[in-house]
Amino acid sequence: MSEVPMIALDRVEKRFGAFHALKGVSLSVARGEKVVICGPSGSGKSTVIRCVNRLERHDAGRIAVDGRELTDDPKQIEAVRREIGMVAQQFNLFPHLTVMQNLTLAPVRVRGMKPAEAEALALHFLERVHIPEQAAKYPGQLSGGQQQRVAIARALAMRPKAMLFDEPTSALDPEMIKEVLDVMVSLAEEGMTMIVVTHEMGFARRVADRIVFMDAGQIVEESPPAEFFSAPKSERAQLFLSRILGH
Amino acid sequence: MTAKLRLLIPQLLVLGGVIALGADLVHNTLANLARQGIATGFGYLDRQASFGIGEGLIAYSPADTYGRALLVGLLNTIEVAILGCVLATILGVAVGIARLASNWLVRTLAGAYVEAVRNVPLLLQLFLWWNVFRIVPPPPRGAWRILPGFFLSNRGLTIPLPSLAGGWHWDVPHLAGFNFVGGHTMSPEFAALLVGLVIYTAAFIGEIVRAGIAGVPRGQSEAAMSLGLKPWPILALVILPQARRIIIPPLIGEYLALTKNSSLAVAIGFPDLMSITNTTLNQTGQAIEAIALMMAVYLGLSLTTSLALNLYNARIAARER
Amino acid sequence: MPALVWMRRNLFNGIASSLATLVALYLLLRGLWAVLRWGVLDAVWSAPDGRTCRALGGGDGACWAFIGHWYRFIIFGRYPYAEQWRPALVIVLFMALVLASCDPRLWRRGALLGAIWVAGLALCFALMHGGVAGLPVVTTDLWNGLPLTLMLAVLGLVFAFPLAVLLALGRRSHLPIMRALSVGYIELVRGVPLITVLFMASVMLPLFLPAGVNIDNLARAQAALAFFYAAYLAEVIRGGLQAIPRGQYEAADALGLSYWQKTGRVILPQALTIAIPPLVNIFIAAFKDTTLVTIVGLLDLLTTAGNAITDPQWRGFYVEAYTFVAAIYFVFCFFMSRYSRSLERSLGR
Repeated sequence: MSEVPMIALDRVEKRFGAFHALKGVSLSVARGEKVVICGPSGSGKSTVIRCVNRLERHDAGRIAVDGRELTDDPKQIEAVRREIGMVAQQFNLFPHLTVMQNLTLAPVRVRGMKPAEAEALALHFLERVHIPEQAAKYPGQLSGGQQQRVAIARALAMRPKAMLFDEPTSALDPEMIKEVLDVMVSLAEEGMTMIVVTHEMGFARRVADRIVFMDAGQIVEESPPAEFFSAPKSERAQLFLSRILGH
Repeated sequence: MTAKLRLLIPQLLVLGGVIALGADLVHNTLANLARQGIATGFGYLDRQASFGIGEGLIAYSPADTYGRALLVGLLNTIEVAILGCVLATILGVAVGIARLASNWLVRTLAGAYVEAVRNVPLLLQLFLWWNVFRIVPPPPRGAWRILPGFFLSNRGLTIPLPSLAGGWHWDVPHLAGFNFVGGHTMSPEFAALLVGLVIYTAAFIGEIVRAGIAGVPRGQSEAAMSLGLKPWPILALVILPQARRIIIPPLIGEYLALTKNSSLAVAIGFPDLMSITNTTLNQTGQAIEAIALMMAVYLGLSLTTSLALNLYNARIAARER
Repeated sequence: MPALVWMRRNLFNGIASSLATLVALYLLLRGLWAVLRWGVLDAVWSAPDGRTCRALGGGDGACWAFIGHWYRFIIFGRYPYAEQWRPALVIVLFMALVLASCDPRLWRRGALLGAIWVAGLALCFALMHGGVAGLPVVTTDLWNGLPLTLMLAVLGLVFAFPLAVLLALGRRSHLPIMRALSVGYIELVRGVPLITVLFMASVMLPLFLPAGVNIDNLARAQAALAFFYAAYLAEVIRGGLQAIPRGQYEAADALGLSYWQKTGRVILPQALTIAIPPLVNIFIAAFKDTTLVTIVGLLDLLTTAGNAITDPQWRGFYVEAYTFVAAIYFVFCFFMSRYSRSLERSLGR
């Protein structure tokens, strides 16, 4: 087991104008670990993972991915983004490209793969997410659940060392949530390092090594799922859980 | 029956009114023309024009007909329009992208250019450019040599042209006496019209491109960044193809505007369709035919461009489903 | 230090960016220095005539004495010198009318706004023309310069407005003849350059009228502008009509309102409010387009400047003249476009 954590945040701060989104967040994710971040809206959970792949620029503190520090240097930023895959709430598939083209774009352009190789790779991952037959379709022709699975496959096609999920099922109709979560579970079982921001507590209980509870820009509580769900230490976590699990 | 009649009657009244007005105008016109001894009909197109034209794409002499003169003017208009649209698009796309650059200085300068150009009348800018091209450069004997074979003098911009006569070669201009021989000279009027139109229209195209790019959802560029793509490939492969759909309709509108604005050539003496129509109607007195013909041509150009746009839109809509 | 951090992130983030910054700075400073030298350091601020001005400046500096000598002609044209307080007042009145119309509180009180405009325009006309209250008459061919430009633009749109409303309604009408006439007019006018319409009005209109009836050149150009902009305004108003949810039409119908009642009291007020930002943009375009009336022999702001340049005593100061005029247009158009953008934001587009 390597000493260097896969993803390390050290006293990270972030402001949006007057709003103090992250107030000194420190988090360490080891290789192969699965961390679920939960908390009320506005707590900064999305901001945290968006800082990890530099979609937001942190104002203070340090972020390192696989030992490589995230600075203003464009080369460092690109290197980090190559190694981290991200799946967002809105899928963000490229509507003017087919599913296959969506998947092969980055491997060809960024990793310099030959198109034939990239297509074989893409097909492999489409099978992995159980929709190889959709390869020639456009995103607009797929259901929400299918689109999100394509988004996951697209991120995986870059062979990332870690995957970030920002509320991946929040925009889906209820009957499609399970198909996406199943893919994420199998990914977890294969040993992928994952940080998942989600409200799906069933998934968290099954998959997470650690649950991180955030509120108002700070990490309030961090514990293994069994502990967290049965005996949350802080009052805010208790309040949150009672609301989330109540229905 | 009564309901239909109620709808029909106001329509017929309006139509009747329009027709009656039209008939009255025609009657007056014919009477006035007869009184002033002005002919009617398009026969004048076959008469000798007896005026010279400074530049054109086809051969013309004062012995040619008015019809041919108008054709020269039309070709000049089309030449300016096509060159103008191409150059304005190139400059406009650059300006639009510059307006969204991460470099503050680039962004601000592009913004200053757009504001300066959009808030000053085009005619004023044309006059300015015309004076600059006419007065500032020296006479051909002392012309500025911008590049080998490219000369800027107060006779205009002289450039080399590829030529087929006697084998494939470059027809490079050289000074002979007081003027240039060979190559092709773009008059100061042509240069001023083209440069003025391009700079003016590019500012508007820049805004259209900027709005188009900004109209692509942010998640698209974020997803592309997350995959590790670099800024220029993101722009070219992800953003612009999607921005294209937003940009094309107003862009076509700008092309139309440029084509119509080229008629300002009459104010700086470039022999386009408008100028030659002006000369023709001054000489023949047949204002109605001349103006009607000219309007019909511009209308034709506009409708053709609108049609092309609608076809393009239909094709895009069909493909993206 | 925050300033350095800002510079690093916004001016020097990457090789290409840094290069662009250096090149841009170099060009900018060279350009600004040249303008400063020409416009201020080497400029001549006072001289009796053109030749002296050139001699004083060494031929290199700007001759602002030219503007000092000619500004009244450029702004007022050939309007009699002693009476120029009248067009000056008219300029102020026009601006006041337009500013008053920008007050949202007046948009509900259509009748009051209309009355203000009618009174204001009547006053402007009386001032320009004279013949009342002991003011000497000044014929329309002497109405030149900035007052003419303002008048053409403002009245062009004011007169275009009723026709534009009819055309917009006609284009959306279910009655085929109305729709055909409206579409035909709009597409015809929008497909041809403004110059051709001005030409048509100037040259063809006298032929259309019965012998002996004469319409003043200014009125012809004004009519041409009104008919031209009616087509563009109609499209903008149509956009406003289309943006109104169908529920509004249905509710008005359900209440039993007639077509004209529904249109006048429910639909149009909402449509016009939506149409205001693009309407301001059309006004900006019209304001710039008034320069085209030089083709039909009217002396607008640009033409007076052009005439000043050709004066034998003051030849060739075209840069100074056009800069002066460009600055006037820029100030008007820039603030109008700022207003239009703030309107768009506050109307929640």
